[in-house]
Amino acid sequence: MIKYILKRILLMIPVILGISFIVFLIMSFTPGDPARLILGEKASISDVENLREKMGLNDNFFVRYLRYVKDAVFYRDFGTSYATKIPVNADLMDRFPETLKLAFGSTLIMVLIGVPVGIISAVKQYSLIDKVTLGISLILTSMPVFWLGLMLILLFSLKLGWLPATGADTWVNFILPCFSLAASMMASLIRMTRSSMLEVIRQDYIRTARAKGAKEVTVIYKHALRNALLPIITIIGLNFGGLLGGTMIVESVFALPGVGTLTINSIRMKDTPMVMASVLFVAILAGIVNLIVDILYAYVDPRIKSQYAKN
Amino acid sequence: MTEVKEKGRSTIKKRSQFKSVFFRFKKNKMAMFGLVVLIILTLVAVFADFIADYENDAISQNMKIRLQTPSREHIFGTDQYGRDMFARIVFGTRISLFVGVVSIIASLIVGAVIGAVAGYYGGAIDNVIMRIMDVLLAIPQTLLAISIVAALGTGIFNLLLAMSISSVPRFARIVRSSILSIADQEFVEAAKACGTKDARIITKHIIPNAIGPIIVQATLNMASTIIGIAGLSFIGLGIEPPIPEWGSILSEGKTQMRYYPHLVVIPGIAIVFAVMALNLIGDGLRDSLDPRLKN
Repeated sequence: MIKYILKRILLMIPVILGISFIVFLIMSFTPGDPARLILGEKASISDVENLREKMGLNDNFFVRYLRYVKDAVFYRDFGTSYATKIPVNADLMDRFPETLKLAFGSTLIMVLIGVPVGIISAVKQYSLIDKVTLGISLILTSMPVFWLGLMLILLFSLKLGWLPATGADTWVNFILPCFSLAASMMASLIRMTRSSMLEVIRQDYIRTARAKGAKEVTVIYKHALRNALLPIITIIGLNFGGLLGGTMIVESVFALPGVGTLTINSIRMKDTPMVMASVLFVAILAGIVNLIVDILYAYVDPRIKSQYAKN
Repeated sequence: MTEVKEKGRSTIKKRSQFKSVFFRFKKNKMAMFGLVVLIILTLVAVFADFIADYENDAISQNMKIRLQTPSREHIFGTDQYGRDMFARIVFGTRISLFVGVVSIIASLIVGAVIGAVAGYYGGAIDNVIMRIMDVLLAIPQTLLAISIVAALGTGIFNLLLAMSISSVPRFARIVRSSILSIADQEFVEAAKACGTKDARIITKHIIPNAIGPIIVQATLNMASTIIGIAGLSFIGLGIEPPIPEWGSILSEGKTQMRYYPHLVVIPGIAIVFAVMALNLIGDGLRDSLDPRLKN
């Protein structure tokens, strides 16, 4: 098991390097001069040229990229933001808790509503509840997050005045953004839970459990749900990983100071070190979440555990 | 009951794969609803010039009639520059569908070639290509699209490019995996044993069997592409005002939302309809291509 985890972590290294290369490449095409950005419009051409030389911006692309990787790997120095002039790590760590709260909150909502609703929908297949649930989840998957966010603001902040539309001061601020993010993922979780449960419910061992007189609740939650859990965990894990890098638009709708708004602003300002750091950070986190999901599999399904042990 | 009916017919004349898929698709009411909505939206996009006046109603400002709520004259009301919302939504349909269709076709072609090469040659080439695709997949799609747009600048063409590049890895992956799974099957082996040429195996055996899941993926991807386009325009990195695009209409209406909710409600409903239609068609196609997968 430990060997498997180590192997997976080693496999992440080339992916991370690849991402850093691609983002570095894209950023190098972005118009605008970082030295000019730092010194401002009024700086003289020779000052800008001196700073370019000092920052090594005149070297060719590969030299710059290798230098970035060297600094990042050996000195854990991801550079200094062009805009704020402080190390990017500080900015990132400052913003990350907000995005994490957002990701946790939406995952919590998604699981607490999605899984039970999916189970009920499967148990009462073709009933009215089932049809209504499927209809609502279809609409929820088709809604863009930013529009749902605007609609929630319109209803709960502007019309009813119950919840704040912007800011990140208390947990109340996170209710609307979390719900807008959770909605479409919740819909896919409902469908996944439903189809996974439907598959299991028809198995022979469920009939056996019923025949031996087990209570319906026990049959559903102990015999059926446990066996239906694997795809459900996959969806939850993938969504959580995706959330860490997918909160940009919601953060900008609700003016939340998270990693997402930081990334968008840095992209706009051609703040290459900041962009690199936030993209890599998100990608590494998503990779770790995926690994955790795979490890969780082993606990849910002993067959997979033995497979990991074999490799 | 349907099984009996299908069997009865098949003794008379064997239905082609396409016909039997369409037969099952037609029976799926939700999917047919999606298809009807999509056809209507396509007609609106194609004949937008006959429905509304681009220059006078959708683009030029008319401050005298600004911020009107829906009425008989302006059924969707007017925005803060006095432009007719109905005309803007109609022309927005054209842009959303155009960018959606073109970027899906472009990424499908590129993805299919990459995936097919990887799947066909296997070995080291396969490994290298798929690792590169893994890297691209590890970057969140919106983030990748935003960075490409930031690097190239805004505008329809760059938006197209960004949306296409960011969905190439998904197509490459699905094409490769369906080619691999089919190339292994017995009927391909049988064809090879009969001495069938590679070209014929690919066109007659592999493509017809692989195309289904790819079309489904393309339909569902187009739904998320339409959301992506609107999202980029919404945060100001997609299509720029005054060009009427659903996302940029939303973003312009946002400031007036408190007193004129129609400015954000209506364009959103347009997006939901388009996306829902594509999702329904995608789901319906998946079910009719492989009825066993249903539920």
